[in-house]
Amino acid sequence: MLVSTKWLKEYVNTQDLPPAELGEKITRAGIEVDAVIDRSEGLANLVVGYVTDCVKHPEADKLSICQVDVGGGEIDQIICGAPNIAKGQTVIVARPGAKLPGGMKIKKAKLRGEVSNGMICSLQELGIETKLVPKSYAEGIYVLPEKAEPGTDVLSYLDLDDTVLELGLTPNRADAMSMLGVAYEVGAILEEEVSLPEIEYAEAADAAESMLSLEVDAPEANPLYVAKVVRNVKVKESPLWLQQRLMAAGVRPHNNVVDVTNYILMEYGQPLHAFDYDSLGTGNITVRQAKEGEKITTLDDTERTLSAHHLVITNGKDPVALAGVMGGANSEVSDETTTVVIESAYFASDSIRRTSKDHNLRSDASSRYEKGVDPNRVIPAAERAAQLLAQLADGEVLKGSLVFDQLDKQERIVKVSPDFINSRLGMKIRLEDMLDILSRLKFKTEAVNNQLIIEVPTRRQDIQIEEDVVEEIARLYGYDEIPATLPRTDATPGGLSPYQAKRRIARHFLEGAGLLQATTYSLTSEAAATQFALEPTETTRLLMPMSEERSILRQSLLPHLLESLSYNTARRTDSAALYETGSVFLKGQDELLDEQEHLAIVMTGLWLDHSWQGEKKAVDFFVAKGIVEGLADKLGLELSFERGEMDGLHPGRTAFVLLDGKRIGVIGALHPSEQKKRDLKETIVVELNLATLLTRETEALVYTQVSRYPTISRDIALVLSKIVEAQTIEDVIRKAGGKLLKDVRVFDLYEGERMEEGKKSLAFSLRYFDPEKTLTDEEVNAAHEKIIKALTESGAELR
Amino acid sequence: MEARLQELKNEALEKIQAAQTVKELTDVRVAYLGKKGPITDVLKGMGKLPAEERPKMGALANEVRAEVTESLDARMVILEEQAINEKLQSETIDISLPGRPAKTGNPHPLTRVVEEIEDLFLSMGYEIAEGPEVEKDYYNFEALNLPKGHPARDMQDSFYITEDILLRTHTSPVQARTMEAKGGEPIKIICPGKVYRRDNDDATHSHQFTQIEGLVVGEDIRMSDLKGTLSVFAKKMFGEDREIRLRPSFFPFTEPSVEMDISCFKCGGSGCNVCKKTGWIEILGAGMVHPNVLEMAGYDSKRLTGFAFGMGPERIAMLKYGIEDIRHFYTNDVRFLTQFQRTEL
Repeated sequence: MLVSTKWLKEYVNTQDLPPAELGEKITRAGIEVDAVIDRSEGLANLVVGYVTDCVKHPEADKLSICQVDVGGGEIDQIICGAPNIAKGQTVIVARPGAKLPGGMKIKKAKLRGEVSNGMICSLQELGIETKLVPKSYAEGIYVLPEKAEPGTDVLSYLDLDDTVLELGLTPNRADAMSMLGVAYEVGAILEEEVSLPEIEYAEAADAAESMLSLEVDAPEANPLYVAKVVRNVKVKESPLWLQQRLMAAGVRPHNNVVDVTNYILMEYGQPLHAFDYDSLGTGNITVRQAKEGEKITTLDDTERTLSAHHLVITNGKDPVALAGVMGGANSEVSDETTTVVIESAYFASDSIRRTSKDHNLRSDASSRYEKGVDPNRVIPAAERAAQLLAQLADGEVLKGSLVFDQLDKQERIVKVSPDFINSRLGMKIRLEDMLDILSRLKFKTEAVNNQLIIEVPTRRQDIQIEEDVVEEIARLYGYDEIPATLPRTDATPGGLSPYQAKRRIARHFLEGAGLLQATTYSLTSEAAATQFALEPTETTRLLMPMSEERSILRQSLLPHLLESLSYNTARRTDSAALYETGSVFLKGQDELLDEQEHLAIVMTGLWLDHSWQGEKKAVDFFVAKGIVEGLADKLGLELSFERGEMDGLHPGRTAFVLLDGKRIGVIGALHPSEQKKRDLKETIVVELNLATLLTRETEALVYTQVSRYPTISRDIALVLSKIVEAQTIEDVIRKAGGKLLKDVRVFDLYEGERMEEGKKSLAFSLRYFDPEKTLTDEEVNAAHEKIIKALTESGAELR
Repeated sequence: MEARLQELKNEALEKIQAAQTVKELTDVRVAYLGKKGPITDVLKGMGKLPAEERPKMGALANEVRAEVTESLDARMVILEEQAINEKLQSETIDISLPGRPAKTGNPHPLTRVVEEIEDLFLSMGYEIAEGPEVEKDYYNFEALNLPKGHPARDMQDSFYITEDILLRTHTSPVQARTMEAKGGEPIKIICPGKVYRRDNDDATHSHQFTQIEGLVVGEDIRMSDLKGTLSVFAKKMFGEDREIRLRPSFFPFTEPSVEMDISCFKCGGSGCNVCKKTGWIEILGAGMVHPNVLEMAGYDSKRLTGFAFGMGPERIAMLKYGIEDIRHFYTNDVRFLTQFQRTEL
C-alpha cells in the first residue's frame, strides 16, 4: 500500500511531522513502513510552459522546434522529440539549470543547428514509472489536462512535493489497505480525529429503478449488492489532482469514470465496478453462480471458461463481470459511454479467493475482497462514487439505489478484563490508559465490573479475541514499555538427547579427521534420486516442482556431494574432502516418508600434501576406511566390512559396512567412467546410515587395569595367493592364537616383481600377553607354533 | 733420563695443544700415555738406574704423567664442546619453512550459527526437539491456526507431495508435535532444522533453508518473559552492548506477535550499510502462542500460556559474517567453507 502523505492530510492531521518521522511512528505501532519515497527527489527548476508555436525541424524529421511561454513574459525556443507535441499544449518544461532524477542537469544546447533552451518533459523523465503513466502519454510528453499559468512551479502544481509511505501490510491489517484505514491508524497513534469525506450531490427526479433491475441469486457469496445509475456522463481525462493521486498510489489513470472507481478503492478500500449501461442491453443486473463451461472475456482480453463455483455478474443472460475480480470486456466503459451503472458489493472472501486462484488473476479488487472488506463501507462508497461522477463527469445521478442486502453489519463485541491484559503482558497498565487507547482506536468501550466491553468497528475484522485486544493495547502503549523478565518456571535440566550428543561427537570427529562439513539440497532429479542409495525405494515426486532438477526427494547424499566436488575441481581446488549429515527420504509404511539421517563423505585429490619434506599422498580407499573405523571406535561400535558392488563404484574397490551383520553403509572408489562423467580424478565415497549408528546404545565405559607385565611381539611373513584377503588370514590367526594372543596387525604388503606370478607377501605382527604374569619364551613359542600350523594348513606359505 | 722425560713432556704438551679434534687428542693420549707409549718405555728403563736415583726418577715420571694427563683432560673438554657446537651448527634448520599441516576440517557456517544458538538455550535449560522434514499438512498449517483456505498457505508457496503431505515450510510443526506429545505439560524447547519454500533460488532466496525456533509453555508465561529471553539471546549472540526493540507484527500462530530488531552490531546504531542506515537490524519474529494453537494441541489456554520465536540462521550468518549471496551455503565451495575455521571468542 502506497500512502501519499499529502493526500493523507485530507483525512487526518499529521501534525506536520516530517514523513520519515511519521513513518517511524507507524512502524513502531505495528504497520511496517518499508520505504519513504520523496516524489520530488532529484527534481528542481521545473515550470509549466505553454506551447505558442510548434514547427518541424528542417534538418530532422523527428524533432520539432517549439516556442514556449515559460512565464514572466519570456518565450523560449525548445527543441522537442516527442511525437505528440503540438501548438496550444500546456506542458512541463525543464529550463536550463533544472535537475531531473538520476542526476541529469539541463543545459542550453544546439540540436542540428537550432538552439534549445531546455526540455519539454514526459512523466517518465520526472521519475514516474511507465506503467503508471496514462496510456495516451506513455510514448511522449505529458500534456497537462488543464490550462495553467506559464512559469508556475511544477512540483507543487503536479503534487510532486509529496512523500509516499510504502506500507508492508501483514495479512491481518486489511483495514489499512485504504487511505481512510491508514487515517484511523495514524489518528490513533497521534491522538487526532479522522474526518470522513462529505458526500453531497443533487439527485435527478427519475429513480434508479426506472432504468435498472437487480437480482441476487447467490446471497451467500454476495450478501450485499448496491447499484447506482448515473446518466449523461462525459467520459474524458480526469482532472490533474485525481490523476496525480492515483499515480502516487501506484494506479494508472484511464478516464474519469474508471479513475473514480479506482480512487474510491484507494480511499475506502471498497472495490467498485462501472458498467456501460447501454452495453448491458437488458437494464438488468443478476448476480449468480456461473454455469459449468460458461465463458467470459475479461478486461485483459482473455477468454475464461467458468465453473459452477465462480460467481458472476450477468445482464440477466450472459456474464458481464467475474464478480470481485475483473469486469467483462462486453460491458466496459468507453469514450462513447453515456450512462454508467456503479456496482458496490460485498463478496465473500473464499469465493473470490477461489476464483482468483483458478484463473491466476489477482487485481486490486480481488486482493481486498480476499482479505475481507468493511461491510459498513459498501453503501457509502457507492454514494461517494455518485458524488464524484456528478462532479467530474457532469453525470446526473438517478434517485436512490438498487440494493440487495442480507449482510450482517453488526459490530463484534469482545470482552476482556484489564487483569488479563496485564497478566499476559507482564505489565501494570492503568485502566484509564487502556480506555484512552481504545478510544483513540475508536473502539466504543464500557468498563463494567472489572471487564472491558468493547464494540469493535467492522473495519477491524482482525480484532476477534481477548488476545487481539492485548496486542492493540500493547502496541499503542508502546512495546518499549514492556519490561524484560525471564520465565518463572521450575528449573529444567534441558540438554542434548544421547542421539543429538553423539551426532555432535561424530561431527567433531570427522572435522578433526580433516573433513569439511557441506550442506546440499534435499531435492534432486529423477536420475540422481536413487543413485548410490543403500536401500533404494520407489521415488517421491513433488506435485508442482519448480524444475526437473529439483523435483524428487533424494535417497542418497552422494550425488549432490559429488556435484560439490566437481564444482570445486572445476574451480581448480583439486583436493577436497567433504562430509554431510542429512536426511534421505524413502517410501515407508506410513503416509509420511521414512526419513533416515545419513552421513556421507567424498574425497578427491591429495589427502596429505607436504611436498618439501616429500610427503604427498592421494586419497584412497583406506583413508576413507580409516575414518569410518575411527568413527566406529569413537561411538563404541564394532563394524565389519564385506566386499561388494554398487552401480557407479569401482567393482574391485567397494566394501559394504556392516553392523551386527546388517548392511548400514558403503565405502568405495568412484567407478572410472563415473569419475570421467563428473570430471573428477580418483574419488572415494562413503555413505552410512547415521541414524542406525547413533541410536545404538553404547556400553558403559569400564577401565581395565594397566598391566605390569610386558607384551611380547612375534612377526610372521606369509606368501599367499593374491586373491586371499588379509581378513581371512587374520581370522585364522585369531582363531588359532588362543587367549594369549592380544593383537594382530598387518605391517607389510608386497606384491612386486620378486614375487611369483599371482602371489603376494603379507606380514603380520602378533602381540602376546598374559595379564597375570610375564610370559616365557616357551609359552609364546607354543602359541605361535599353533598359529603357524593353522596357517600352513590353510594354504599359506611361510616366507 | 731426566732430560728424556722433560723432552717427552714438552713434546706431549705441544701435541696436545696442536690437537684439533677429539680423535687427534685421543691419538695423543694413546701415543704418550698408552701402555706402549714413550713414557711407559722410560719407566720400563728405570730398572737400569742406580737404586738411589729410582725414587727421584719415579717421582719425576709420575709428575710428567700427571701434567700431561691434566693438560689432556683440559684440552678434551674444550675439543668436546667444540665438537658439540659444530654438530649443532651443522644441524641448524630453516625454521621459516612451513610446518607439516595438521589435518583439520570445520563445521559448515550454518551449523556454527545453529550450534551457537542451541548452546545458548541449552544453558538456559531448553531441550532440542526435531521432527520430520516431510510433514503432514495438519502439523505444518492446521495445528498452527492456519486452517485450509488460509491465504498464507497457498499451494504456490509450498512443495506438496500429496494433498495432505508437504515439505515443511517452517520448523513450527515440531512445536505442534511436541505440544501434542507433552499432553499439557510445560515445555522449553529449541527446534532447528531444514525447511522448504517454493522460491526461485537467487542471491537472497533459497528453496531450501534452515530455521531455528523456540517455544516455552508454562503457567503464567508473559510477554515480558519473551522480551527478557530475547534480550539475553541478543546480547550473547551479538554482543553485550546490544539493545533490542520489539515491533508489533503478525503471525497466525501468535497473538500478540512481534518482530525483534537489534541495535546494529556493526555501527552500534549510528547507521551503516549493514543496518541500511536505520541503526536497527531485523533478527527474528516472535509472539505469545495463539490460544487456538494451544487448544489444538490439548492445552488449556486459560491455565497455560506460552511464547515462541523463530529465526533464520542463513540471515544471521549473512549479517554476522557479511556473506552476500545465500547460495554460497549450498554450493560448498572449499574457498568459502574453510573461512569458518577459527574461533571468534
